[in-house]
Amino acid sequence: MEPILRLSGVSKTYDGGHQALKSVDLDIRRGEIFALLGPNGAGKTTMISIVCGIVTPSGGTISVDGHDAIRDYRKARRMIGLVPQELSVDMFETVIATARFSRRLFGRAPDEAYIEQLLKDLSLWDKRKSKIMELSGGMKRRVLIAKALSHEPDILFLDEPTAGVDVSLRRDMWKLIGRLRERGVTIILTTHYIEEAEEMADRVGVIAKGELLLVEEKTALMAKLGKREMDILLVEPLNAVPDALSEWNLSLEDEGHRLRYAFDATAEHTGIPSLLRKLGDLGIAFKDLETSKSSLEDIFVDLVSHRDEEQAA
Amino acid sequence: MNGHGVWAIYRFEMARALRTLWQSVATPVITTSLYFVVFGGAIGSRMQNVGGVDYGSFIVPGLIMLTLLTQSISNASIGIYFPKFTGTIYELLSAPVSAMEMVIGYVGAAATKSVVLGLIILATSTLFVNLHIEHPLAMIAFLLLTALTFSLFGFIIGVWAQGFEQLSIVPALLVTPLTFLGGAFYSIDMLPEPWRTVSLFNPVVYLVSGFRWSFFGKGDVSVAWSLGFIALFMALCLALISWIFKSGYRLKS
Repeated sequence: MEPILRLSGVSKTYDGGHQALKSVDLDIRRGEIFALLGPNGAGKTTMISIVCGIVTPSGGTISVDGHDAIRDYRKARRMIGLVPQELSVDMFETVIATARFSRRLFGRAPDEAYIEQLLKDLSLWDKRKSKIMELSGGMKRRVLIAKALSHEPDILFLDEPTAGVDVSLRRDMWKLIGRLRERGVTIILTTHYIEEAEEMADRVGVIAKGELLLVEEKTALMAKLGKREMDILLVEPLNAVPDALSEWNLSLEDEGHRLRYAFDATAEHTGIPSLLRKLGDLGIAFKDLETSKSSLEDIFVDLVSHRDEEQAA
Repeated sequence: MNGHGVWAIYRFEMARALRTLWQSVATPVITTSLYFVVFGGAIGSRMQNVGGVDYGSFIVPGLIMLTLLTQSISNASIGIYFPKFTGTIYELLSAPVSAMEMVIGYVGAAATKSVVLGLIILATSTLFVNLHIEHPLAMIAFLLLTALTFSLFGFIIGVWAQGFEQLSIVPALLVTPLTFLGGAFYSIDMLPEPWRTVSLFNPVVYLVSGFRWSFFGKGDVSVAWSLGFIALFMALCLALISWIFKSGYRLKS
């Protein structure tokens, strides 16, 4: 299937000479949730802003469902909704007026039933006649989401959707994202919270210093993460791994004080209980167990620092 | 053409004025009344007619022009400056709205507001003087053209401004003095040379003169000059605006 969004060689160098994006190629699949992960200043917002038409790219092309984002900007932009990172709202407007405004601005005829449902979905209906300045930060973010969805976009960009958001709104937001995906909306979110990407995304892209370092299925990424290690801290050091334990993938560390077991946490049988029983049978005493889990964070830190080393070399 | 988009911007801008309806209307009405009391009543009673027109009536076109110019500029400049200031401009820039449609929305709303104010001042002035309008259609045309042109100018200032001070500096330091020196309260024929000739370089002279012609059938300069000047200024503003959107100047990076 043709991607709903295609970036080819998109780059951006700001007037001051700062290169925010270095030739990014990326295909977004129809209906997926794509998480763009990266530290602050990595180029996430620049990338989104270019797709949405807020920043002019220095090079490359963007195609939104076959429509060039610059030549055919009307068709391209009608398909896109953007929830920005900053809480930029019209303070003096009411909630419902601002949602109606956004819908029309994006060229859609008024649809009160749709707006009503949207505001109800976002728990904003009771506040519809309130001025936005009277709302809390979390509610303002809901307003921004309502605005972005007011014209029924096919693609929704969420720039740091849960930054500075309380737990209940975060949960609501995840639920909402789930519902939107059921309706077939493609969602691209940026985040520097790894759990967020883990929780929701189908695919994850890692960006740092304006470069897309990796794009992978989250499940593939999780399989990589599935590799775990367990250290068994021994009371008495061993000289070698006993032959009786050869069926487990073991190694000795820390001058024989630690027995390290590498296993696949996602497998049905990890082999841990049988290993521990066997150790008991063999009379090998241990005082503690440590398991380490490599997370997206580890992979991410790995990737980014690896990159830095390469550049330094 | 995204008609819904234009309408959304226009409505949004009009709603902004309606929220502050009291200030929007009361301020110009009170100010105008004060001008009539001071210039029309206190000073005007000691003045001769100006070119056969009673002084109280004579200042009406100038007063309307004064409000029209300052209000057009401030309405349009705040209209586009405010989204830049609060950050809500992201939505306008990401919307399927062309530069032209954005200008029609903002400038159209600003011009509408200042035309309405101009008419309110005109109505207020009839409480103080007997007015006879020689060319009512031309009067309306001048009103519309001037409001549109100076709203375009205001839009440019709003895009250019990077702070509230800059926003008010052009109206305060340029437009108000030029209007006062542009024959709003006198005929430039009353000035000694070289000031009379110097005044001919003041663009507002042509606006006030043309507008006054539509009221009394005569002005300081010919109507053709007045119309020509407004057309020229409008063309300049349009050219600047099209450059702004092409280059993204202070709107996009």
